[in-house]
Amino acid sequence: MIDIVLLTFLALTALAIVRLRHLFAVVMLTGVYSLLSAGLFVLLDAVDVAFIEAAVGAGISTVLMLGTLALTSRREKVPGRIPVLPLIVVLITGAALLYGTLDMPRFGDAGAPIHRHVAPRYIHDSGTEIGVPNIVTSVLASYRGFDTLGELTVIFTAGIGILLLLGGTGGRRRKDEEMEEEG
Amino acid sequence: MTLADIPGLYNYWIVILLMMTGLYIVVSRGNLVKKIVGLVIFQTAVFLLYISMGKIIGGTAPILTGRPEIFSNPLPHVLILTAIVVGISTTALGLALVVRIGDAYGTIEEDEIAKADHEAEFGGPETP
Repeated sequence: MIDIVLLTFLALTALAIVRLRHLFAVVMLTGVYSLLSAGLFVLLDAVDVAFIEAAVGAGISTVLMLGTLALTSRREKVPGRIPVLPLIVVLITGAALLYGTLDMPRFGDAGAPIHRHVAPRYIHDSGTEIGVPNIVTSVLASYRGFDTLGELTVIFTAGIGILLLLGGTGGRRRKDEEMEEEG
Repeated sequence: MTLADIPGLYNYWIVILLMMTGLYIVVSRGNLVKKIVGLVIFQTAVFLLYISMGKIIGGTAPILTGRPEIFSNPLPHVLILTAIVVGISTTALGLALVVRIGDAYGTIEEDEIAKADHEAEFGGPETP
């Protein structure tokens, strides 16, 4: 029951984000959206994912967006006309995806194909092979350790990219401010 | 499909609604920060889709306790953990690009940026 309430709240938050023009409120609602989905992850038994989503989605990403707002503008411009073409594209895509779900295994079905293959091996053997009680941890850090290393490479690359993009602006901004003060 | 199938598909339908909301924001809004918010919404909806598929009703979090229990599928959790971290990296990089564009153009609205580009290239305002 509570998951249906949370899902409905999520949908309402997303629709409010579409309508709002004040970017500060939009960023705050994005934080709410992440926190609600973290709650939903707990209900869906994905406790590790919930931790990460609450810390990264609701925490770090909100801080990054607020920083961006502080450096740029806080209000979204109101467009002259209502965009019709995007709405049509979105409705058609949504209808195609809805049609696709009709063939999916029903939610929570233990006999679904996803539960029949690879996963049982990890559930049965990871305890003796790796010795870590948390199966997610043993897959992430041991069976797929190299993949996690690749993930760190992605973060490192993104960090370098951000430094290159923003490294030069600090000095120029300061110079601009000095010139404004003088002029 | 019958009416009895609706509870079993409710999760997926809300996920699709969220995905389409995100897609709509990305396509229709000119503000670059709002576009990135749309991407974040879409991303989280995809995470929810994966995690929903891994859930077993009556199952529990995949942590071995020594008792015989039904566990939800741990593999989507692992995939999504990686996806969240990659997602925050791309979001951060996108936001850095927005800051840089705001510095260079003085605006983060798509149409104003296009206009400034046009004026810089052809030396005059755009003629319709």
